Amino acid sequence: MKIRATAAIMECLLEQEVDTVFGYPGGTILNLYDELYNYKDKITHILTAHEQGASHAADGYARSTGKVGVCFATSGPGATNLTTGIATAYMDSSPVVFISCNVSEPLLGKDAFQEVDITGIAMPITKATYLVRDPQTIPDVMRQAFAVAATGRPGPVLIDFLKNVTFPNVEIDYEFVPWSKNRSCSSIQALATSHELKAPEPDMGDVDTLVDMIAQSERPLLICGGGVVRGRAHRQFQEFAEKLDAPVAITVMGGGGFPGGHELTTGMIGMHGSQASNVACNECDLLIAVGCRFSDRVALDPASFASQAKIVQIDIDRSEIDKNVLTDHHIIGSAKRVLELLNEKLSQYSHPVWKQHILPLREPSIPRNSEQLTPKQVLETIRRLAPQDTIVATDVGQHQMWSIQHFHFDYPGQLLTSGGFGTMGFGLGAAIGAKMGNPDKVVIHTTGDGCFRMNCHELATVEHYHLPIITVVFNNGTLGMVRQWQNLIYHQRYSQTTLDRGPDFVKLAQAYGLKGFRVTSLAEMEAAFQAALDAGCGCVLDCRLDMDEMVRPMVAGGAHITDFLLK
Amino acid sequence: MKKEFDSQKKLYTLSILVRDIPGVLSQVARLFSRKGYNIESIVSGETDKPNVTRITIVLIADELMINQIADQCRKLIPVLSVKILDEATSIQREFALIKVKAADRSARDEVIQMSNIFRANIIDVSRDTLTVAIFGDKSKTAALIGLLEDFGILEIAKTGTLAIERGRSTIYDDNKLKEEYNYGKNVL
Repeated sequence: MKIRATAAIMECLLEQEVDTVFGYPGGTILNLYDELYNYKDKITHILTAHEQGASHAADGYARSTGKVGVCFATSGPGATNLTTGIATAYMDSSPVVFISCNVSEPLLGKDAFQEVDITGIAMPITKATYLVRDPQTIPDVMRQAFAVAATGRPGPVLIDFLKNVTFPNVEIDYEFVPWSKNRSCSSIQALATSHELKAPEPDMGDVDTLVDMIAQSERPLLICGGGVVRGRAHRQFQEFAEKLDAPVAITVMGGGGFPGGHELTTGMIGMHGSQASNVACNECDLLIAVGCRFSDRVALDPASFASQAKIVQIDIDRSEIDKNVLTDHHIIGSAKRVLELLNEKLSQYSHPVWKQHILPLREPSIPRNSEQLTPKQVLETIRRLAPQDTIVATDVGQHQMWSIQHFHFDYPGQLLTSGGFGTMGFGLGAAIGAKMGNPDKVVIHTTGDGCFRMNCHELATVEHYHLPIITVVFNNGTLGMVRQWQNLIYHQRYSQTTLDRGPDFVKLAQAYGLKGFRVTSLAEMEAAFQAALDAGCGCVLDCRLDMDEMVRPMVAGGAHITDFLLK
Repeated sequence: MKKEFDSQKKLYTLSILVRDIPGVLSQVARLFSRKGYNIESIVSGETDKPNVTRITIVLIADELMINQIADQCRKLIPVLSVKILDEATSIQREFALIKVKAADRSARDEVIQMSNIFRANIIDVSRDTLTVAIFGDKSKTAALIGLLEDFGILEIAKTGTLAIERGRSTIYDDNKLKEEYNYGKNVL
């Protein structure tokens, strides 16, 4: 059947069961948006205030739903505005298909208006990029792009269509192939054959070796990494942890992979890891990391990391093995499948002495007394009043660490945070995406005054689409995390971190047509947060905090994991 | 037990089969720059299979680094296979064109003699220059270039190193790393 090329692009989105896209139109992508007008009943488009917001929204949508996010942008500045979002998705292995359009063929390479080589720019921060010059390849490219983004280790993919490919008079052969069937369509089949693709079925010998290692271990420790979340392997992971009866440390990306309130949880590990996690890591004799790349924020000093332990890495990506920390054993495969196989073979273990040694250490450190409102009071109020399945999107910095330390995340997609790339301004976009994908859940966006200022224009999007997102600003008038480093490591030389400036976030919220609340005490926090939950519209809570509040515990970068700078 | 990796930095040769699509060379090459590795030489050319290109890269690395880079390479969609070739089991050759000053007859004779010893060919002559073509391993071309420097080299055009395994085994064989074959490519 012959259809318009742009219609084929939309049909390909429908093949993948895409019903929500985020984006921002412009000159070269006009034809695509014109076609979108015909599909407005089937595909909801969320127009953000900035392409970066759209990229984070698509990412947040993907993380919270487990589906592939889709984001549109025009050529040139539209495309380059996506790059921070693409890199954020890449570092955290989030499946997003970015679609941009470029100038038409005769202008390509002529430095035409709004022309940029976005496929070249995006190459190091995507799993694959496609420059589409021949309209006949549209179905193949679209199907392949979604397959690449979603399978194996997920990640972002970028498709750049030349404008002439999308001209309304261009027609191509197209046949609707539903998602479940198009995995066997020509281009993916060709890819599979050329790469001698096999399902990444774990090696049974490797699994047996680990079962033996577990049998010999007296002090095992589990690390729940982002792979458990992306692979939606939380049930298998919990069964594994309970069978092994071992403490479980959770990385930033692993939040939601294992119940935060579980009796085996030791909390975060690494730079701001709990005593329990970091001491356990140092003293364990077997460390099993699932879907974790041992980044420099977890394995602060790779040489001394878990030095008494045999280290076992379970990962879907071969190139992660031995990348940051040398391992003793590894199993390659999806977290879900590997853990299923392990659970079948594993008998019930019990490690009461080891647990008794580690688990009592997890009692949270007592924050210093303060006349002012403390971050802990803010977070505990939220935890007490919000439903347990509330989705939390964070920005980056102190409030991010506090949020992850204080909230208990129970399912994958409940915590949305830029753990790998550390993108300030990620949270509000991600919250918008999460709310679009999970309309029934409460979505809270925690942020700092520095982060919020970076992308607060997305409040316009929150207002326009009536998204009842609650933004909680940890407003301490400084770039708190950087100030903390300056305080502890740079001899209190607070270079360019004090944010003694506007805007007034309450008035800002009101200017966008939302509700704003100033919060300076616990009582005000309780009242404001309850009002925000009941408001049914976007709200901003401007929580005034002391600028010298610190994230505890803390281990300096590169230091030994139990060498606490702050307890 | 932790695997022991040779931490000595030395020359490694990577043979990479890729699908011949636009931008594939830059996609492969940027992996090396990203990790801060220096490519000693890179050669790309067609193979016996249609639309399949073979890229040969020589770089200085230690064993852990070369394994990392090979694994990263395997993840790229257009890459079909990657093999680390070692010197003992592979043949490595390069080709160079050297334009030498030969102002008088005796200089010319001497250059020709030298070239003969190295089994190099004179492929162009002018009144005061000779162009020598030499084919051989790195040390052979380097030795000839060293000797010709006495006459004054005007310019050199050189390929990078090409490499192929000795004996029956080929890059298409099933004899690669266990990981690569047991698990297939893990992008999909």
